[in-house]
Amino acid sequence: MAIEVRIPTILRNYTGGEKAVEASGATLAEVVDNLEDNHPGIKERLLEGEELRRFVNVYVNDEDVRFAGGLGAPVSDGDQVVILPAVAGG
Amino acid sequence: MLRIEQAVYDAIVAHAKRDHPDEACGIVAGPEGTDRPERFVPMINAAGSPTFYEFDSTELLGLYKEMWANDEEPVVIYHSHTATEAYPSRTDIGLANEPGAHYVLVSTREHGNSDGPVEFRSYRIVDGEVTEEEVTVVSSVPGSAPESNID
Repeated sequence: MAIEVRIPTILRNYTGGEKAVEASGATLAEVVDNLEDNHPGIKERLLEGEELRRFVNVYVNDEDVRFAGGLGAPVSDGDQVVILPAVAGG
Repeated sequence: MLRIEQAVYDAIVAHAKRDHPDEACGIVAGPEGTDRPERFVPMINAAGSPTFYEFDSTELLGLYKEMWANDEEPVVIYHSHTATEAYPSRTDIGLANEPGAHYVLVSTREHGNSDGPVEFRSYRIVDGEVTEEEVTVVSSVPGSAPESNID
């Protein structure tokens, strides 16, 4: 089993149009690196430096990782990661 | 062009007036690929601000899961400006992440919470480029009534 990552419309140009892809890793940071290996360029859209971008929401099993350890959030096989850009503006 | 039902149009305007002077926000979901804004979903502005809006992150996830389960997509993403014109701000443009959506802007600067006309305008925002489009308000959107399956 792997980790399922749901990809938002705006990032599907990195995944060949796929709405969901598989990834592996023991933490969210490792999952992001693994995504980058298979879908080059996607990491930069998720991270700014070493941090998640302010207007990118990431959920592990429905929990916003901002409240669950950020990039250090533990993940394991069978977990679902959802990436959703914030809906926000001025 | 955005084609929108009068009832949905009215619901967006009412939400904007109700939340004035804070910005109101929400979406209208529709069946994937149809471009029909059918299901009005007002959202809480987690920023609670007259100059900024942001969907609450937990509500955002709930909303998208619901849309995935229903094979829907965000056809309209709306928010209000309460002191400025109904035109996307630089922040709006920078944070627009649904290239398929109609971005609706309502300005309540003239009448606030009171009755009276509002500016109601719609845009496409793709790769930082804003294109205004016509808004057509109809009594009902063709094809949106439940259809029976003959096959």
